Amino acid sequence: MSKRRSAALTEAQCVSLAQKLLRERLCHQKLPDQPSGLDSQHKHLLELLRRTAVHGESNSVLIVGPRGSGKTMLLGCVLRELMSLKEVQKNVLLVELNGLLQTDDKIALKEITRQLHLENVVGDKVFGSFAENLAFLLEALKSGDRSSSRPVLFLLDEFDLFAHHKNQTLLYNLLDVSQSAQTPVAVVGLTCRLDVLELLEKRVKSRFSHRQVHLFSSLSFAQYVDVVLDQLRLPQDFPDHRFSTEWNRSVTRVCEDKCVEEVLKRNFNSSKDLRSLHSLLFLAVSRVCVSHSTLRESDLLEASRLISADSKANVLHGLSILELCLIIAMKHLNDTYDGEPFNFQMVHNEFKKFIQRKSHSIHKFEKPVVMKAFEHLLQLELVRPVDSGVCKVQREYQLMKLMLEHTQVMEALQKYPQCPTDVKQWALSAFG
Amino acid sequence: MSRYITRLRMRRTYKWNGRPVGEDRKLRRQYYESMSISVEGRTEDSTVSLGQYILIEGDNDDNPFVAQLLKLYTDDSGKKKTAVVQWFVRMCEVPQNKRKLLGRDPHPQEVFFYQDRSCENEVDGETILAAVQIEYVPAKDPFPKGKSKDTLFVKLLWDTKSFRELDRELMQPQIQSPKSPPPSSRGSQTRALPTPDPSIIKRAMSGTLTRGSMSTGKMSTSEAESLHSASKLSAAKALSAKRRGRAYSGPHVRKKLDLYSPNKNMSRDDVLGEILDECTPTEKILTSKLNTSPTGRISISIRLTPLNQNEEEHVSPLSSQSPDKPRLTAFDKDNAASAFLGVQPLGDDDPESLISTGRTPRKREATPRRASLRALKARTPSSRKDSTALREPALAALAEEEHEDSPIQTAATPRSKRKSAQLVSSRIRKQLNLLQNKVDLQSDGEDGSDDDCFVPTKIDLQSSSDEEEEAKIDSEDELVVKKRRGPRTPRPSEKTRVSARTPRKTPSKKAAPTTPRTPRHATPSIPSRSAPARKPGNVLEEARARLHVSSVPESLPCREQEFQDIYNFVESKVIDGTGGCMYISGVPGTGKTATVHEVIRSLQQSTEQDEIPHFRFIEINGMKMTDPHQAYVQILQKLTDQKATPDHAAALLEKRFSAPAPKKETTVLLVDELDLLWTRKQNVMYNLFDWPTRRNARLVVLTIANTMDLPERIMINRVASRLGLTRMSFQPYTFKQLQQIITSRLNRVKAFEEDALQLVSRKVAALSGDARRCLDICRRATEICEHSGSSSGLVGMSHVMEALDEMFSSSYIAAIRCASVQEQLFLRAIIAEFRRLGLEEATFQQVFVQHQALCRVEGLQPVSVSEGLAVCQRLGSCRLLLLEGSRLDLLLRIRLNVSQDDVLYALKAD
Repeated sequence: MSKRRSAALTEAQCVSLAQKLLRERLCHQKLPDQPSGLDSQHKHLLELLRRTAVHGESNSVLIVGPRGSGKTMLLGCVLRELMSLKEVQKNVLLVELNGLLQTDDKIALKEITRQLHLENVVGDKVFGSFAENLAFLLEALKSGDRSSSRPVLFLLDEFDLFAHHKNQTLLYNLLDVSQSAQTPVAVVGLTCRLDVLELLEKRVKSRFSHRQVHLFSSLSFAQYVDVVLDQLRLPQDFPDHRFSTEWNRSVTRVCEDKCVEEVLKRNFNSSKDLRSLHSLLFLAVSRVCVSHSTLRESDLLEASRLISADSKANVLHGLSILELCLIIAMKHLNDTYDGEPFNFQMVHNEFKKFIQRKSHSIHKFEKPVVMKAFEHLLQLELVRPVDSGVCKVQREYQLMKLMLEHTQVMEALQKYPQCPTDVKQWALSAFG
Repeated sequence: MSRYITRLRMRRTYKWNGRPVGEDRKLRRQYYESMSISVEGRTEDSTVSLGQYILIEGDNDDNPFVAQLLKLYTDDSGKKKTAVVQWFVRMCEVPQNKRKLLGRDPHPQEVFFYQDRSCENEVDGETILAAVQIEYVPAKDPFPKGKSKDTLFVKLLWDTKSFRELDRELMQPQIQSPKSPPPSSRGSQTRALPTPDPSIIKRAMSGTLTRGSMSTGKMSTSEAESLHSASKLSAAKALSAKRRGRAYSGPHVRKKLDLYSPNKNMSRDDVLGEILDECTPTEKILTSKLNTSPTGRISISIRLTPLNQNEEEHVSPLSSQSPDKPRLTAFDKDNAASAFLGVQPLGDDDPESLISTGRTPRKREATPRRASLRALKARTPSSRKDSTALREPALAALAEEEHEDSPIQTAATPRSKRKSAQLVSSRIRKQLNLLQNKVDLQSDGEDGSDDDCFVPTKIDLQSSSDEEEEAKIDSEDELVVKKRRGPRTPRPSEKTRVSARTPRKTPSKKAAPTTPRTPRHATPSIPSRSAPARKPGNVLEEARARLHVSSVPESLPCREQEFQDIYNFVESKVIDGTGGCMYISGVPGTGKTATVHEVIRSLQQSTEQDEIPHFRFIEINGMKMTDPHQAYVQILQKLTDQKATPDHAAALLEKRFSAPAPKKETTVLLVDELDLLWTRKQNVMYNLFDWPTRRNARLVVLTIANTMDLPERIMINRVASRLGLTRMSFQPYTFKQLQQIITSRLNRVKAFEEDALQLVSRKVAALSGDARRCLDICRRATEICEHSGSSSGLVGMSHVMEALDEMFSSSYIAAIRCASVQEQLFLRAIIAEFRRLGLEEATFQQVFVQHQALCRVEGLQPVSVSEGLAVCQRLGSCRLLLLEGSRLDLLLRIRLNVSQDDVLYALKAD
């Protein structure tokens, strides 16, 4: 029956199915089967948590690595494996906290109580004060002991943010429990800050076991390309076999292409983290449609162009000629005065000079019009006042700074649709 | 006297019969021979006189206490009638768990001669109910039948640990009618040297001759006098002997192991050995043989101090059988009487001295073995001289016998070192001498046997070998401690009075139950696991479990001095019933909290053994509360299980600590992480330190914080002044101490190479001296060892090195090495820009220009500003760079969070 159905799949169905599958993969909705390149860390962490779960040994550990290096993924894999052990399954309580969600200890405590299902112990009693909450939780943790009570795994995402809570009360107490003969706990912190230990107060620090699992990707480019291939390939059990082989062949072909390789190299150079790769591939995969049902080189190139496009250069494309002229005037001022701030009057003067001397195509604008254009730039934050706030000075004389690089201006000019040549020449000339 | 509800709810009136037979002017007491009790509604009066057995009312109306009347006196006012008694216990008064020691069903009318010096033997005369008949039955005979129901039988002796045979001699009441000491004997009183008074010895000898005929109250006056004077010879010591008897307020007071008069037991045994089974020399003789060793000799010398005489006196008013002992026994007997009589009159005279002396002995009781060690210790060279000089042939036998007693006699030698401290030190010693396992095992076994039932003789034999070595080690500290203990502030005399008068049988423990308080609200708890935790499987796992910070070590090595100081502080406050503050400082991981807990644990142990009064221990932690004012709430809740708002709680506590309450027990409050209790007005700290100064507070506050100068830095004057100057600082552990800590924790589990341990401890000591860190590293090293599967199974240098690297090496360099090409370029651009500017700070715009240039040099496609900014932010999120908020865009200022050298090093090696 499945065969008949797979045979019956139209190409459109195949494409949408493949896209769904790949999107799931690229948007982290599904954990990979095996964390790649993190074997030793995986083993260490698994062993550590297993000891807590099985032997009731309290531990604390920090997983440190830059963003997108796979900390959460690693932890997810470890937990999945841990929970598949039979003796662990029913024996462990999980508490997951996130520094971005639990922004202070009070919220964090409530969340812990909720996740430990402790609220029903007190029946309908509404949790009153923060102090009661804390005393309550500590009492609960204290009442346990190593051999008889269930181990609790505390997973603290964005660990560094917890260190900013007042007095670090939560961390102190969790780590204190992990260092005393109470309920066995494992405190696992995830953070991208390398200096996280310096954030901890000395007493908290002393109670932390100083175990750190560092995740630094040491991928080489070849491995990187392999990852790309892995991510894009359709699995063996894809319903339409013909489509999947076709797709896989196209993926291999694309990856061997010189231009694509260059794009990938560029991406790799910029950052090794897989998340940025995923967003690139996601864009590429999204371009696949029924009209071209396989992945093409152009898809990747276009995706890369979108990803690496400079945001401000894009803004410049939408400016009027007058505004562009003002930007060029500012650029010249910057060149002349070596980055010193300028005011509207100076820009206006520069612009007037250009109109009088060189311009053929551009009309003379009234000053208020120019002022209006200038204010638009200010709104777009392409220029920014030097000392914000103090508005005692007249608007014309307020000191400003240009928030654009040379290269951005030049690039924008190149790409600006139907830019007058005299404006271009003015921009290129050394002196205003 | 409303608290004495008479047995039959009858009003009794008590009257002295006749005139006082003696008077002690100094104590203002008048002694009587008998007292008549008239019961309302009955015509005839009953009379009790010295030597008679009496019933004394207690909490059990059906089974009043039984005792033998030894003395009757009244104090100055003539209102208060006091009786001195020898107690007997009924089976129902013997603790439940000890009853099986009897080995048979008790006769319903059976009582036991109660031998416990710690038991108060003075009772209010008006609690006497009536006279009773007690009959002595030899141990082997059956109970006589057909006697009236009121007759009680005594067969055995109960010394709170075991039942022993009672010999008839003990039943002979050692009663004398005390007389006021005649002026002639005053001479001896003033004698400076505590050498045995020749006259006493002489009289003692004569005593032997008359002993046979001696009976209640018939002892010659001259003897009594001499006894009296002998006891006065060193009033303080004699008092201390007496105090021992009375200081007790514990519940089982009477049931205590009689360590003070073990001489009695011993000698009795001895004599019995001769009387009953003449053929068997028994262990006794073995002991005496052992005791001919030099140390044994020395022990004699102490005996010659009056105190010891008194002690020993009791020993044996009996054995005239053995030809070489007549003198001895006489001597003994003589003094025995003095112990009973001569000493007492000094009693109420001087509560202060009573207290101060009374404290020392108390400590001893619970530790039979320890005490025995102590015995050998207390010998000073000078007293030894005395002893040799005085050793006449007549005393030879005495010497021998004394020797037998030595383990027990210890009870009498002043021992001041704290038991727990010694235990700690001895444990350390043991642990360090792992090789001498045999000895350890032996002594361990000894410990065990001490605890349940104490069979002195056997232990003597066993422990005598250990005693000598340990005694030497201990002796030094003892002297020190002794000095320190000297001046003690007396407990409010009011209390002593009360306790001295109430018959000690009313168990005070009932009033102060130690049952764990069940909180009003059910405690929340983590659900228990379905499968039990697995036990450690191999050596490494075992080692890891032991090295975990949470595992409570058997002892706390390397903090003996601190332990001692805190112990002394708390104990003295608890005993005196006063209050005080102590400030303990030290960097994290130096064992502050652990030491305090250890102190409390051992103090609680000694309260269980009734060495010191009960106290409450409360702990609060500044870190475990959300707000400094919560301290009040927590203290109140732990004290009284009440819930209140902070303000209300403060008011309640204020009231509690300032109101006088007669039966208040001392509260020991541990305030951990004191610095977090800081408030702007500092009223929390102020109150915490102010309460102990209240007269009735009885609060001891121990505070812990990290900084040594916290009082100076954050406290305002009035708070700092109340905290006082009792301070202690815990130094970071040195490498040797750390090594010792690990070794003691591992305790015979061989999991580490010696060098590896040394490396860890040196490294940690050099960095922080934090014991937690040290243990964590060791634990990690065992893991590494397990994973690497090393051949020896021991954790070696390489594993430790790896663990150290993991924990101490900075991860910045690794992070830089693993960074992407653009990130590395950006770092280089930063350094280039810094060099150009000569500053340690640059804006993103400046760095970006450098970055573009570098890209071109490296042959890479230049990145856009957005990409560059993304790179910069990534580095910033790892904290390789310190950035301002990203809103500043190009003007974002950048600083390095790593040194430039590190960056260059990391990039070069790449």
